Amino acid sequence: MAYFLELLINGALTGLMYSLTALGIVLIYKSAGVPNLAQGAMVMIGAYAIWMLASMAGLPLYLAIALAAAAMFGFGLLAERLLLRKMVGQPIIMIVMLTLGLEIFLRGLGPGLLGASPKSLDLGIPLTPVIVGDVFINRDYLVGGIVAMILVGLSLLFFRTRLGTKLRAVSDDHVSSWSVGISVERAVGISWGLAGISAVAAGALWGSVQGVDWTLSTLLFPAVAVVILGGLDSIIGVLVAGLIVGILGSVIPGYVDPIVGGGTRDVVTSLIILFTIMIRPHGIFGREDIERV
Amino acid sequence: MFYRLSGVHHTRYETARRLWPVPTDRWQVWILLALAVAAPLYMSDLYLSSYMLPWLVWSAAALSLTLLMGIAGQLHFGFAAVMAIGAYSSIHIVRAGWPFEIALIGAGLTAAFIGCLFGAAALRVKGLYLVMATLAMQYLVDWVIINVPAISGGAQATLQTPDVTFLFVPMQSDAALYYGALLWAVIVTLLVLNIKRTSFGRALVAVRDKDYAASIIGVNSFKYKLLAFFTSSFLGGVSGAVLAFCYYQAVTPEQFGFNVSIQLVAMVLVGGLGSVIGAYLGAGFVLLAPIFLTNVVAYAAIQGWLSVSTNLLAHIPLMAYGALIIGFLLFEPLGLAKIYDNIRKYFLVWPFRHSRS
Repeated sequence: MAYFLELLINGALTGLMYSLTALGIVLIYKSAGVPNLAQGAMVMIGAYAIWMLASMAGLPLYLAIALAAAAMFGFGLLAERLLLRKMVGQPIIMIVMLTLGLEIFLRGLGPGLLGASPKSLDLGIPLTPVIVGDVFINRDYLVGGIVAMILVGLSLLFFRTRLGTKLRAVSDDHVSSWSVGISVERAVGISWGLAGISAVAAGALWGSVQGVDWTLSTLLFPAVAVVILGGLDSIIGVLVAGLIVGILGSVIPGYVDPIVGGGTRDVVTSLIILFTIMIRPHGIFGREDIERV
Repeated sequence: MFYRLSGVHHTRYETARRLWPVPTDRWQVWILLALAVAAPLYMSDLYLSSYMLPWLVWSAAALSLTLLMGIAGQLHFGFAAVMAIGAYSSIHIVRAGWPFEIALIGAGLTAAFIGCLFGAAALRVKGLYLVMATLAMQYLVDWVIINVPAISGGAQATLQTPDVTFLFVPMQSDAALYYGALLWAVIVTLLVLNIKRTSFGRALVAVRDKDYAASIIGVNSFKYKLLAFFTSSFLGGVSGAVLAFCYYQAVTPEQFGFNVSIQLVAMVLVGGLGSVIGAYLGAGFVLLAPIFLTNVVAYAAIQGWLSVSTNLLAHIPLMAYGALIIGFLLFEPLGLAKIYDNIRKYFLVWPFRHSRS
């Protein structure tokens, strides 16, 4: 029972950290309708940026994170301006492939410039687990889960501000947003920038858990599962689906891995994607698109 | 100039219906085919077996994928898994004592059957969701292959391909392997070219352009989507088997990972969606351009023109490959086939600037 509880709690916290990666994808999809498959690589670049500022330039950690967040906001704006804006109106395969191309490029750029060996990113979280009853909880995951919940909450609040209302209008309809005087381009750019900031948060936490190297970009796969399950345009869906993906991806491998010999987590993630798409393609909280000929 | 037509003007249906209506195109195809057949005579074994052969097999695989993505409009991001199914089943059929010819067909049928299974599950959705569903299929198939010892021969195992004969020719010499790959590439090319002008191909195009509209004019869109998945998975499965037997001569699960799926989609897109010549150009470009660029940079580094760390040099192929995809999508979304087409049209109507093609 303690084993189950441990899997459950650590799974839930990991899941919350997945939702941190997934948050960026949802922010962009919500306003621009672009599925950003480069989010995994953006998390990696965010982690590299923090490592560079903290270890190479020797800045204090929190300043480094703030500067990295600013840099990634700029990166998001730039990616939107230079790449995605030219793809408006192109078929979805082109847009998906463009973000994948960006992912591949960044995956070469980060390790290429800074060295391929994993770098450790110390956030000052002690290694000793928190012990509740007879359950061991990883402190990194605990901090990660709390940060994820705070950030998701903040984005929910953000969508109630003046700028957030504009973003919601843009997500409803581009043309009618233009007609009431909202700059759609700026709104979409800002959502890319926000995705960059959430990538920095995810990069800091995941980087401290598993070290900074290219494997951070493989977080894309669980993040995609979270996004599909929660609905591509739902912020609250990210939180709920993150919990589900995290718990299933921890409890099931915890019992099945010893029998079949490992790697079940990817299978669980794949099955979540597949079943969601078969049963309810738009996810738990997503909005169903109506199609006309 | 060499077309000497100043545009294409058909006077009879027979000429308009031919596979290559323009005589010069026909001559070009014959010359290319003759060059390809004679390649073992004038090419060194190294070029033949490490450049020409993989290029032909990857082109055949890209053609199978372009049939699905370009002509039928169904996105597939798990095509490497389909090829893996083909490769593994062909090896196991040969090991069970069946002849290689039957193993190839068996590989195609197994891949087609499993591909259709996933296709049927995923065909409620389209576009982005189809991408995600096929991506999940890639991971599932990879996992099954790795974790079922009966298929992969145990974790981390490499399966050697047994020695086989194809139509009484032993497949051992470089030339025999090359001709095997060439034969398969020619078969797939002719098949895809011909599918484009049958009622089946037209139905696929109708489904691609708008499936609701297609079903309104009486095209059963589910049936044709499934048929497209079946045909393309069959071709992909056989391509996987040919790749395993003619090129790798051993299979491991890593040869058919997710990155390979992305590479196949990149070949199709860089070449030009739905274009036959584009599949060849795209496969060649995606395979060779990163190697070429790395060699250029390495040469410049040796000459001392720029200083590049070995670590950066090792990552240049990846960066070049990503930048290539981005560049083509931004500046030539229709791919290399469009560039070829522009050049061809220019010469076709020469000396005039505009005419009907």
